[in-house]
Amino acid sequence: MTAALDIDDISVDLGGRRVVDHASLAVNSGEFIGLVGPNGGGKTTLIRAALGLVRPAVGQAFLAGDPVRALSTDQRARRVGYLAQERIIGWNLPAWRLAALGAPLQPPAVARAHALEALHRVGASHLAERGVLDLSGGERAKILLARLLATRAPLLVADEPVAGLDPAAQFDTLECLRDHAKAGGAVLATLHDLTLAARFCERVAVMAGGRLIAIGSPESVLTPTNLKAAFALSGEIQSTRHGPIVAAARFRGA
Amino acid sequence: MKLSLGLAALLLASAAIAVALGETTFSGPQYAAAFADPRSAAGEILWQIRAPRIAASALVGAALGLSGAVMQGLLRNPLADPGVLGVSAVSALGAATAIALGLAVTPGVVETAALLGALAAGAVVVALAARLESPQTLILFGVALSAMGGAGTALVFNLSPSPVATADVLSWLMGSVANRDWGDVGAALGPMLAGAGLCAVSGRGLRMLTLGAESAALSGLSMARLRMAAVAGAALLTGAAVAMSGVIGFVGLAAPHLVRRSVDDDPAALLLPASLAGAVLLVLADLAARMIPTAEPLKLGVMTALVGAPVFALIAWRASRSWRG
Repeated sequence: MTAALDIDDISVDLGGRRVVDHASLAVNSGEFIGLVGPNGGGKTTLIRAALGLVRPAVGQAFLAGDPVRALSTDQRARRVGYLAQERIIGWNLPAWRLAALGAPLQPPAVARAHALEALHRVGASHLAERGVLDLSGGERAKILLARLLATRAPLLVADEPVAGLDPAAQFDTLECLRDHAKAGGAVLATLHDLTLAARFCERVAVMAGGRLIAIGSPESVLTPTNLKAAFALSGEIQSTRHGPIVAAARFRGA
Repeated sequence: MKLSLGLAALLLASAAIAVALGETTFSGPQYAAAFADPRSAAGEILWQIRAPRIAASALVGAALGLSGAVMQGLLRNPLADPGVLGVSAVSALGAATAIALGLAVTPGVVETAALLGALAAGAVVVALAARLESPQTLILFGVALSAMGGAGTALVFNLSPSPVATADVLSWLMGSVANRDWGDVGAALGPMLAGAGLCAVSGRGLRMLTLGAESAALSGLSMARLRMAAVAGAALLTGAAVAMSGVIGFVGLAAPHLVRRSVDDDPAALLLPASLAGAVLLVLADLAARMIPTAEPLKLGVMTALVGAPVFALIAWRASRSWRG
């Protein structure tokens, strides 16, 4: 089966420094992969290279089997939706219109229908007519998530989709993404909350120092060894009656 | 759409008032004669002197309003205006050079020089726009180009042999649509329509740019194509406007802000109302410039700056809430 996204041995140099170092990762349909790792570890750059936004020094990425840099912008937009880490909103558009920016290749009426449906899925139908810049940070995040869903692309890539959200909103957001994967789509999201990664992701990829140091099920990847290597923290995954949690602490004397 | 229809009606009403009023006042029968016989004395004044001047101010206002809206959308900067890319400054340099060289006696030469200046500056900016991804860099190049145009114009002043030529250049730079005839209006139509077409096809892309260039690109927008079309469109509009009227400030900056809230901040829906608002503004400003009795005729560019600056400060105050990023 062709992977929705196949990152094949990508290295990226930025400002004369190797930021991503021979990273390979496949995201398959039906799968939600969490990309975790310390700040500055290369997660965002890896994603940007995978989507053709930066040119890798080595390697390439394939979207549904085709090299991403060989796709036209239209073709790429049909295969992947992207939620950038930097939440730029230039103008105070009504929420529905912002969400409809996810479907710009559709006729206006269809784009609007997709937007309203996506707003409904993220529980923000009541905000449809409000100006996005008049909304709270959490509400804005919902609208941007709706824009991502409104792309109806098979692959959704979200860079820190739950940053700054309260616990319930974090669950809401990740449930939306998981539902997309369960419905046959593919999801790649960077996450900082390891417990959420353990709860929601089929597989977790740990990235540090530009390298993917481990990829696999949460239990097999969020190990004391990997947590130490990635974050220099002492920690482990534990099961509780609420689901797995990842507990971490500083090493004594560190 | 309702907004645009309203603005169009307002434009027609303003234009009708501007044709009817002027330094020479007419009686009822004289107005009737002007309609019955365009060749009558009143008809000549109304249709051959006032009407083309008003058409010129409406076209210039529309061009500046549209080009301002496009620049603000492209650069995602509410303070952008048609002059931000340096096109007006270089266009003015072209006109100033032609006047200082004594070419103004031949009709159309100054206008052509202004348009050529605008096209040269526009070509440079379009070439840059194809390569430069960051709006900030594009603005910086525009600032540099403006400075070069300004320096060139200063040099023209500096080297100008006669104070008469200097006064002519200065007078032209202040901006005016006085003495424009139907030929001038016709000559500006071509580049303005081409520019408006390029701006119109950029609308969808400008809306997508709300979420930044990367999101827009990943939603299927060819950014290089958008930047080139938008910049070329704005340059054509600005160049044609400067060629017709000299440099007129504030309309391109203020017109989009007057209507922005009414279209829910949408950069695509803004284009038509912004051009209509610009046209209304300039027709009214020119009417005011004609009607206010002064020893020397008031220049349109001076009028727009005098009225525009405080009005713009007010709009900025009220609209600041929609600028938060």
